[in-house]
Amino acid sequence: MSAQQVLFDIPGPRARRRHLVLGIIGSALLLGLLVVALVRVYAQGQFEAGKWTPFLEPASWTFYLLPGLWNTLKAAAVAIVLSMVLGTALAMLRMSDIAPVRWASGVFVEFFRAVPVLIMMIFTWVMLVKDPNLVRLTRSVGISAADVTFVAVVTGLVLYNASVICEILRNGVFSLPAGQREAGLSIGLSPSQVRRAILLPQAFTAMLPVLISQVVVITKDSALGYIITYPELLSRTRQLGSANANTFVAYLVVAAIFILLNYAITKLAEWIESRNRRTRRSAVGRGAPEKAAPTYGPSMDATSRVGPGRGPDDT
Amino acid sequence: MLELIEQFNLVGAFWLTIRLAAVSFVVALLLGTFVAVLRLAPVGVLNWFGATYVTILRNTPLTLIIVFANLGLWAQLGIELADRGPNFILENNFRLAVLGLAVYHAAFICEAIRSGVNTIPVGQSEAARSIGLTFPQSLREVILPQAFRGAITPIGNVLIALIKNTTVAVAIGNREVAYAMRNMIEFRPDAGLLIFLVIALGFVALTLPVGLATSWLSSRLAVKR
Repeated sequence: MSAQQVLFDIPGPRARRRHLVLGIIGSALLLGLLVVALVRVYAQGQFEAGKWTPFLEPASWTFYLLPGLWNTLKAAAVAIVLSMVLGTALAMLRMSDIAPVRWASGVFVEFFRAVPVLIMMIFTWVMLVKDPNLVRLTRSVGISAADVTFVAVVTGLVLYNASVICEILRNGVFSLPAGQREAGLSIGLSPSQVRRAILLPQAFTAMLPVLISQVVVITKDSALGYIITYPELLSRTRQLGSANANTFVAYLVVAAIFILLNYAITKLAEWIESRNRRTRRSAVGRGAPEKAAPTYGPSMDATSRVGPGRGPDDT
Repeated sequence: MLELIEQFNLVGAFWLTIRLAAVSFVVALLLGTFVAVLRLAPVGVLNWFGATYVTILRNTPLTLIIVFANLGLWAQLGIELADRGPNFILENNFRLAVLGLAVYHAAFICEAIRSGVNTIPVGQSEAARSIGLTFPQSLREVILPQAFRGAITPIGNVLIALIKNTTVAVAIGNREVAYAMRNMIEFRPDAGLLIFLVIALGFVALTLPVGLATSWLSSRLAVKR
């Protein structure tokens, strides 16, 4: 909270009184707002026991919420693994010594960073259902009609997030001290060996908090599967809500699940970051800007472009 | 391709996307600045409220927020944002989508402004206080103007994300680009790849100028220190 100390002196007795008054007024306003909202919700009958008891029945969980959560986690986990692999490969290619390889990887990354994830999901989904050649192909490799939405969700997530992870890793490599690369070259490694054996592993460690924050983005974006009828947590919640006529309450519960899940991942990123800084495991930790904040963007990106250490293509 | 674009009114769909992005961005900017001021204020409760807002909104999927605006706020609580008329459903869904997009991105605008505040040297606010400015005065005259200039790049990134995120509005029946694309490909799967490329290039054309403008602006308006 460096910003806090910048803006005002340590308050004296008068300022403390004023802050207390402001605090009371602020809390009163907030409480008033909350009460108005709750009264409104109450008037609509959302607090009736019947709206909440479905969540005490095991069937709601075993038939709706847990299978939905499982599908969400499944899509997110597969997408995370695949986009890490593809992202690392793209980063290697984009730092290659062969110019055309660099350009091709650059075009790929810049293109898929600019296209909304949902557009890619819908495209993959409709094509897998409508295009006769693709339908034959997916059936021949054992993807059933029911799995098509899963494939579409993962494809959309992977293409976008691999591009973002490629840029994160490149930023990580650029933020390493120049001596790391020089040392590798001086013991006779080729430039590509230096990247593979020395720079990339360090970039991974240095960028671990940012990479974990990207996991939050992937988990959140898997909810886009709702739109293409993938039976993830949000879709299952909608069905549960209409089955019990408690849509409003069901969304509150599912929001709480999502928030807790992502908050836990964010905390993990912060913990790893503080441990990194303490043990100075990463080369970046030493000379780098004091805080490589775990930045993760609004759903589809935003701050992922401004990771620590601005890359050459940061606009 | 041209007749497909006309038949499914792709131009109109892109126009709706632009309108969604523009209106949501203005609302998000105002709301985000307000939350940032709460987070910077010396009063504990306001601070806590700002931090809670950011934590909750940042960790909720945008799809959930937008669907909740429609099925929760409107269908269940009866909150209507448009006048009853012939275009009620479309207009109401547009405004609910704007509401969802704005409250979600306000959390990221708030963080962008806070990162802008962190670029200001301590001496600036010390100087402001030493000439007797109060907290609101120093915020208005010294801190926020510099913070906005330092935050242009992250705010531009939020705008780019916002433009792409408008596609989620299709979840509550807005006939924007994702809606048009789905119908076009279902109608002509043989031209699917071409349709995808046209729409993807449309998004590149929308987001690229924002990126260029923010980098130009941020170097032009940067506070020379």
